[in-house]
Amino acid sequence: MDEFVNLKATELRLGLPGTNNVCEERVSCNSNNNKRALQADAENETETSPPRKTQIVGWPPVRSYRKNNVQTKKNESDGESQGIYVKVSMDGAPYLRKIDLSCYKGYSDLLKALELMFEFSVGEYSERDGYKGSDFVPTYEDKDGDWMLIGDVPWEMFECNCKRLRIMKGSEAKCLGSGV
Amino acid sequence: MDRAIKLQLSTSEMNYFPDEVIEHIFDFIPSHRDRNSISLVSKSWHKIERYSRHQVFIGNCYAISPERLIRRFPCLRSLTLKGKPHFADFNLVPHEWGGFLHPWIDALSKARVGLEELRLKRMVVSDESLELLSRSFVGFKSLVLVSCDGFTTDGLASIAANCRHLRELDLQENEIDDHRGQWLNCFPDSSTTLVSLNFACLKGETNLSALERLVARSPNLKSLKVNRAVPLDALTRLMSCAPQLVDLGVGCYENEAEPESFEKLMAAIKKCTLLRSLSGFSEVAPVCLTAFYPICENLTSLNLSYAAEIQGNHLIEFVQFCKRLQLLWILDSIGDKGLEIVASSCKELQELRVFPSDPHDEEDNNTAVTEIGLVAISAGCPKLHSILYFCKQMTNAALITVAKNCPNFIRFRLCILEPNKPDHITSQSLDEGFGAIVQACKGLRRLSVSGLLTDKVFLYIGMYAEQLEMLSIAFAGDTDKGMLYVLNGCKKLRKLEIRDSPFGNAALLADVGKYETMRSLWMSSCEVTLGGCKRLARNAPWLNVEIINENENGRMERNEEDEREKVDRLYLYRTVVGTRKDAPPCVTIL
Repeated sequence: MDEFVNLKATELRLGLPGTNNVCEERVSCNSNNNKRALQADAENETETSPPRKTQIVGWPPVRSYRKNNVQTKKNESDGESQGIYVKVSMDGAPYLRKIDLSCYKGYSDLLKALELMFEFSVGEYSERDGYKGSDFVPTYEDKDGDWMLIGDVPWEMFECNCKRLRIMKGSEAKCLGSGV
Repeated sequence: MDRAIKLQLSTSEMNYFPDEVIEHIFDFIPSHRDRNSISLVSKSWHKIERYSRHQVFIGNCYAISPERLIRRFPCLRSLTLKGKPHFADFNLVPHEWGGFLHPWIDALSKARVGLEELRLKRMVVSDESLELLSRSFVGFKSLVLVSCDGFTTDGLASIAANCRHLRELDLQENEIDDHRGQWLNCFPDSSTTLVSLNFACLKGETNLSALERLVARSPNLKSLKVNRAVPLDALTRLMSCAPQLVDLGVGCYENEAEPESFEKLMAAIKKCTLLRSLSGFSEVAPVCLTAFYPICENLTSLNLSYAAEIQGNHLIEFVQFCKRLQLLWILDSIGDKGLEIVASSCKELQELRVFPSDPHDEEDNNTAVTEIGLVAISAGCPKLHSILYFCKQMTNAALITVAKNCPNFIRFRLCILEPNKPDHITSQSLDEGFGAIVQACKGLRRLSVSGLLTDKVFLYIGMYAEQLEMLSIAFAGDTDKGMLYVLNGCKKLRKLEIRDSPFGNAALLADVGKYETMRSLWMSSCEVTLGGCKRLARNAPWLNVEIINENENGRMERNEEDEREKVDRLYLYRTVVGTRKDAPPCVTIL
């Protein structure tokens, strides 16, 4: 209910201050439900309200299955991308997990989340030496099928190229972490 | 009715024929409505018709009970059932509302009905029901599920494993919990009868080798629609062992197909000379559509409405060569220019659906379709009879032109994305435009209206839409008169669904008997009150009057006096079996 009131308060309209939206009386069925968006009244044509993008329940009438399955390709420049789900395995763990890379802003965000998820901690990263100070090394498989150390390439490139993650442990990890 | 019946025989004369002969004559009459009419002619015809009826269509699963169905039609072989009301597709009906399959399977199983085909729409189906189905009906051949939910791939595994004569498994737009099991493996090696397999809506991984083996041993397979998890090289192998395919649904392609795999795919496609129908392409790079150029001239049906990644110009390049196209489902990214090209290329077009690629106008793009595209299609495609068109703007002039160009519309559904939007040139309501449509299209059976509309459009609909069976109204009208024009005028109306329109008790209660001639009425966010609904329920005991509450947690907690309270969602339907017992707490049946 409060949400509805605030929407009204911040609504941009070309109207005299203090004038009410006449359509509320005309189409009174909208008056007591906070789910429905306000609609521009045809009688107030002289006011050109900017198109409101508040979403009405069940409108437009597109089947939910269709809405969920038509993934529009958004511009790369938007910075927004669809959910990038990749598997995450950890040496010694009984089962894998899956995460959405697009939820993370960068490497530190991602690594923090992984540390929480698998209850471990990754060492300190340096470009020269990889991860030092921990038995665990975060790696990923890229599109060419190679296992790479997480953190070397820019985040956006990583997002595009990462097929799955693996948190290596032990001697194998030590080889990768220290000398590459 | 078949000419055999139109011979000048009175029923008493016909009764000198043995029942088998009369039954044989009835075999020529497949239409449900005609069969219903035959059964009313006389007692003996009723009896003969009953026992010879193999196909039954039930448009509302709560209108009748399974027991009564079986009593009347014991020789039932094919059953179609529909559950939730249409607006359930748009999240307006709570998930647990009803439409459960299980009581039907249970009853059919117990009565040992020889069920062979089951078609369901908007029903809740459980794995248990599917398991019971698979074990109860030895000759079961065909399962078609559209917009259903409640089951998992485990249920599919039962069907695969136990239905020895399965010909058709068609899953359209269902919400299926994918357990990533091995359901495809459950088809026994002896299973070779498949004609149609559609699992496009499954979200999980697919056992590709099981699928390939299944397709290889199904020489009668005509229709195959795979899900996203079937990549390009697997598709190539599948098509290579099924060149007889008529209908293909494509899954997911890699973003850049290597030239070699692309060549192989094209070679496989070339061999599919019987291919007439194409769909899928949900994650497909445009270049992969070009692999189908060799057979595009043969296509009669093309559904690219999930192909969001194929840009308008690629779509146009492909579609313009599909000269034999009768059905086209596409996204509005094709644009008006694209539709103009469709209009000049696809002269056989009968059904067009243009879906919004950006339903909530988040991207504010200008490539969506407008009235220009609609007019072009109407001018170029003389055989067009069904249209579903999502657009941002419309004009009366355009609709009047469309009506003149295409008087043969059977289905006309126009959805202007912004509610209450007027004619964008004259700023008037769209009453005249829709009025022209109903006046010109004498055979119109289904209509959806949108944009700014007053009571006048309903006056026109009531006056002219004599064959109208289904009408969908949203954000339209001014007073009760609007709804009354429709109820009084449209004699053949079966389904009326209304949302966010100012129709109230006066319209609802004016002619209670009308609802006996209709399947159902839906009204949400209108002006009807609890008191009005109660009065209706009292005066029409043969109706189920359901109130669906916003507060899904409890029954209506309003006190009895509050009859002036507006009802959020009303759904009423005729029924011969009274109040249903399976309604959830959020539904009150008056």
